[in-house]
Amino acid sequence: MTTHTPPLGRLRWTVADGLTLVGRELGRLRQEPGQVVAALIFPIVMVVLFGYVFGSAIQVPGGGDYREYLMPGLFAMVTFTAMQGVMGRMAADASHGVMDRFRSMPMARLAVPFGQTGADSVIGVPLLAAMVATGLLVGWRPHLGPLATAEAFALIALLRYALGWVGAYLGLAVKDEQTATQLAPLFLPITMLSNAFVPTEGMPAWLRLIAEWNPISALTAATRRLFGNAGAPAEGTAWPLAHPSAAVLLWSAVLLAVFVPLSLRAYARRGR
Amino acid sequence: MTDPIVVAEGLRKSFGDTHALQGLDLSVPQGTVCGVLGPNGAGKTTAVRILATLSVPDTGHARIAGYDVVREAGQVRANIGLAGQYAAVDEKLSGRANLRMFGRLYHLPRRQAYRRADELLERFGLMDAADRPVLGYSGGMRRRLDLITCLILRPQVLFLDEPTTGLDPRSRGEIWDSVRELVADGTTVLLTTQYLDEADQLADDIAVIDHGRVIATGTPDELKAVIGDRLDVTLEDPAALPAAMGVLNALTGADPAATGAGRLSVALPGGRLRLADVVRELDHAGVAAADVTLRRPTLDEVFLRLTDRKETVR
Repeated sequence: MTTHTPPLGRLRWTVADGLTLVGRELGRLRQEPGQVVAALIFPIVMVVLFGYVFGSAIQVPGGGDYREYLMPGLFAMVTFTAMQGVMGRMAADASHGVMDRFRSMPMARLAVPFGQTGADSVIGVPLLAAMVATGLLVGWRPHLGPLATAEAFALIALLRYALGWVGAYLGLAVKDEQTATQLAPLFLPITMLSNAFVPTEGMPAWLRLIAEWNPISALTAATRRLFGNAGAPAEGTAWPLAHPSAAVLLWSAVLLAVFVPLSLRAYARRGR
Repeated sequence: MTDPIVVAEGLRKSFGDTHALQGLDLSVPQGTVCGVLGPNGAGKTTAVRILATLSVPDTGHARIAGYDVVREAGQVRANIGLAGQYAAVDEKLSGRANLRMFGRLYHLPRRQAYRRADELLERFGLMDAADRPVLGYSGGMRRRLDLITCLILRPQVLFLDEPTTGLDPRSRGEIWDSVRELVADGTTVLLTTQYLDEADQLADDIAVIDHGRVIATGTPDELKAVIGDRLDVTLEDPAALPAAMGVLNALTGADPAATGAGRLSVALPGGRLRLADVVRELDHAGVAAADVTLRRPTLDEVFLRLTDRKETVR
């Protein structure tokens, strides 16, 4: 338990501490069955709202079923919740003094940010599964075989992990649970500023540019293509939508390259 | 005598224009309780944060159990426990789940972490609430859980930053009992508090800090001796106040202060005075006293005098 632990030992403790924090998040969910129920009802609400209410008036480009078009967008939306989830949990720990306790303990410096983002990946699985199940219920299907389907879910998992790190940094930066709670509703418009629910072609040029470079759009376009769902973007769209899988990989790499070091530094900083 | 286990020398820390610490020196012998007293904003919390490796001093250095708090933070962390002003536990988990989690994070093997959690819950009377979420605990129970979370590894030094602020008297008493038990086990405790009776109850030594600097140190008795014993007199007839003042002034050489209708208080700086003499002299002057008391000053009076005198010197 000294700083002279060999690098391999330190790595082992980082992983072990991270797993302990994953267990902590699961333990919290067990104490809050209401939250689990809400998380499982959310997909049904979204599918009914978008698939049947708004969807009744939306034309899918190139024709096709709107609910087929919608589901990859909703998967991307669920993916995006990683950001506010991790931000909220980090900010809560910072404002309740739990973060200070972690910092005053002889635990691996990397464990808390890695543990929180790792825990979010685990939490993301049932959330996505609920959305997928709802999709299957209303007629959505992956059409291109297991390999392409697996590739689509891998892209979703990767971007979710990267967005979790953005959330980790934001949580460490705001340090305050209330601020984090107030910021959370701002995330919904970000997911909607994309091709997740409607084609970007009809948007004003400036908005279309933002929407097409939104990582949510790249993920939606990539998974639509890999699932073989309707709504391939028209010719002349921005680069990320023409090469959506590459764009998701690039976005994830950039977000991780920026926010992992930023978060680690913000966590290890000893200031106030 | 062994080296002090907590040593701080010339700690300075500023936040912009606010000089939180301006050359703080502190030394705590092993196995004792050091009470750090000071008004709000005196720098108590900043000092604790530096000693607990959460913050880095601008200049000066500090060592815990021989390890430098900046350069050897890892070793320091393995030897300390920190309980803050608010209960730093996961409110959504049960008490037992919290202790198990922190035990695992302290790198105890699973079985040992679980056993230690039960030991601590049992010993500090939280077993009945062990499986309830902390959210439903009373303020005192939360603080106790916060406190025992620090004890998982049996730290050599425990920092308690205002451990009973906002608690009812009964919960405070329970926290005090817990602290006394720890000290009996040999743990060194550095306690910050605004409650002087808390320091009086628990501390072997007291450091009074103001404006980021230690302005007085000593045992509670030594600090009280600085301002001397006090004589309180309550008169039967408030109108006799001037006459009584004259008598007390002649006896003590100090100016008595009126502390209420027909009530007087006077300091006895180092002087020896017998109650019988006071009663007799008052009687001679025709002053009837309802009550005459010779007492030690409270730590509150010491504190007010010390922090007040500092102001006038500046």
